[in-house]
Amino acid sequence: MMEKDVIIIGGGPAGLAAAVELRKKGIEDILILEREASLGGILRQCIHDGFGLTRFGETLSGPEYARRFIDEAEALHIPYAVDTMVLHISPDKTVTAACRDGLKVWKAKAIMLAMGCRERSRGALGIPGERPAGVFTAGTAQAYINMYNRMPGKEVVILGSGDIGMIMARRMTLEGARVKAVFEIMPYASGLPRNIQQCLHDYGIPLYLSHTITEIKGGSRLQGVVVSEVDGHMRPIAGTEKEYSCDTLILSVGLIPENELSEGAGLTLDEQTKGAVVDEHFQTDIPGVFAAGNVLHVHDLVDFVSMEAEQLADCAASYIRGRALAPCTIRVAAGSGVGNLVPQRLSGTEAVTLSCRVRSPQRDGTLVVMQNGREAAVHAFKRAVPAEMLHIRIAAGALQRQGDLEVSMK
Amino acid sequence: MMQTYTCIICPNGCELQVDMMKDRRTIKKIEGNLCPKGAEYARQEVQDPRRTIATSVLVQGGVLPLASVRLSKAVPKNQIFDVMGAIKKITLQAPVQAGSVILFNVLDSGSDVIVTRSVKAGGQNV
Repeated sequence: MMEKDVIIIGGGPAGLAAAVELRKKGIEDILILEREASLGGILRQCIHDGFGLTRFGETLSGPEYARRFIDEAEALHIPYAVDTMVLHISPDKTVTAACRDGLKVWKAKAIMLAMGCRERSRGALGIPGERPAGVFTAGTAQAYINMYNRMPGKEVVILGSGDIGMIMARRMTLEGARVKAVFEIMPYASGLPRNIQQCLHDYGIPLYLSHTITEIKGGSRLQGVVVSEVDGHMRPIAGTEKEYSCDTLILSVGLIPENELSEGAGLTLDEQTKGAVVDEHFQTDIPGVFAAGNVLHVHDLVDFVSMEAEQLADCAASYIRGRALAPCTIRVAAGSGVGNLVPQRLSGTEAVTLSCRVRSPQRDGTLVVMQNGREAAVHAFKRAVPAEMLHIRIAAGALQRQGDLEVSMK
Repeated sequence: MMQTYTCIICPNGCELQVDMMKDRRTIKKIEGNLCPKGAEYARQEVQDPRRTIATSVLVQGGVLPLASVRLSKAVPKNQIFDVMGAIKKITLQAPVQAGSVILFNVLDSGSDVIVTRSVKAGGQNV
């Protein structure tokens, strides 16, 4: 069995940023394991621009953003293995992977989980109807067009107003498809306002809120979908059915952290984020196993993925050197109007940034962090939507050493 | 007259309220922007809306069939499909280097078409 100081699972934006930062902190013995044939993760197929404004102060395409980190990792001679699929991690930090040479097993002092997320699929929605070809997740359609030069179809309907779905509405329109409409079951869009403008409005593509698809029609190929309005409880309203002919249905209905490996290792997962429960050092409940990026909680911006992984690297470097990380016994809970809180446990001794989302669109609101009946931090905003992750900074010294926290809308 | 725009410069997506004369030349007031870029965007959007696009060009003899490209700066919104057409005519020969310009001043827009992904020569291995 080979030994490593740290094994990073996933060579996307989180894994790459963590690797570079760990090396800069003096950790030499690093190995990145990537299941695809090249590094870069999902950014490889995200050819649109808008990445990097926060991290680099300029707007880049996905491949360019990834390239910055790949170039840095290569310049630092950080070892990586592609075409290598991790099959199992055990609580004693043994990593088993399948690669072209067969099975390999490593023992690591620390493991960094950076596997990213995957898309919810048709099966997760349970839409009744036929099972024709022509139903794709937005990311699959994106890979077909941007990686393999294959056009999924000509007449398109999109279910879900996630950012990737809207970006694919624009992309397919540019490539000559007719995108008829985007249907969203919620009364508000799940993607960012700027994508509603630049991907839908700009191309005259209508967005119907409180609508969903209630039937899929077609034999071998999709021929149409039936769309219904939904009531306040997301139940289809009888009599509102409308049929749209189409040969392609794109699903953009949410992302889920990819945590099969974490579950196999016995990590505790958070019911809301679907990622591991972590403390302020991004450490899971197995000491030495850390998680950051979309495998921890789904981000809307890759910049925050990279920055989170860089923060993780600081903590992981200390751990690998054998320095004790401050114990984290204070629990953080989500109160009214708030969800997807990370991290879930704090030490109370250090400054920390909490991330969360509002449950529904809000104007002129305030998020309050309460501990032992007093306000530990407040975060006021003009406008907040569930599509946008919020960050609440808690200053060093603002917390007491004991007493759980609750974050809620005031 | 008042018009509302969504700023597309950054993920904040500020809702911009623009008070302007009917001829759209005189702008009286811009509100709702968190930064100066928002006001600049609103002015541009009212008088000469522009967009940037990203697409791909065919690559022959490369490990990938496509190289992604973007524009060096935004072009008038009504030129988008013409620019797409001009880019579509191009086929590159691998190797292709990210950062290289494959079309200068596309359709006299002042914008260049830049490769955003390197493609090595060789058999396809996506």
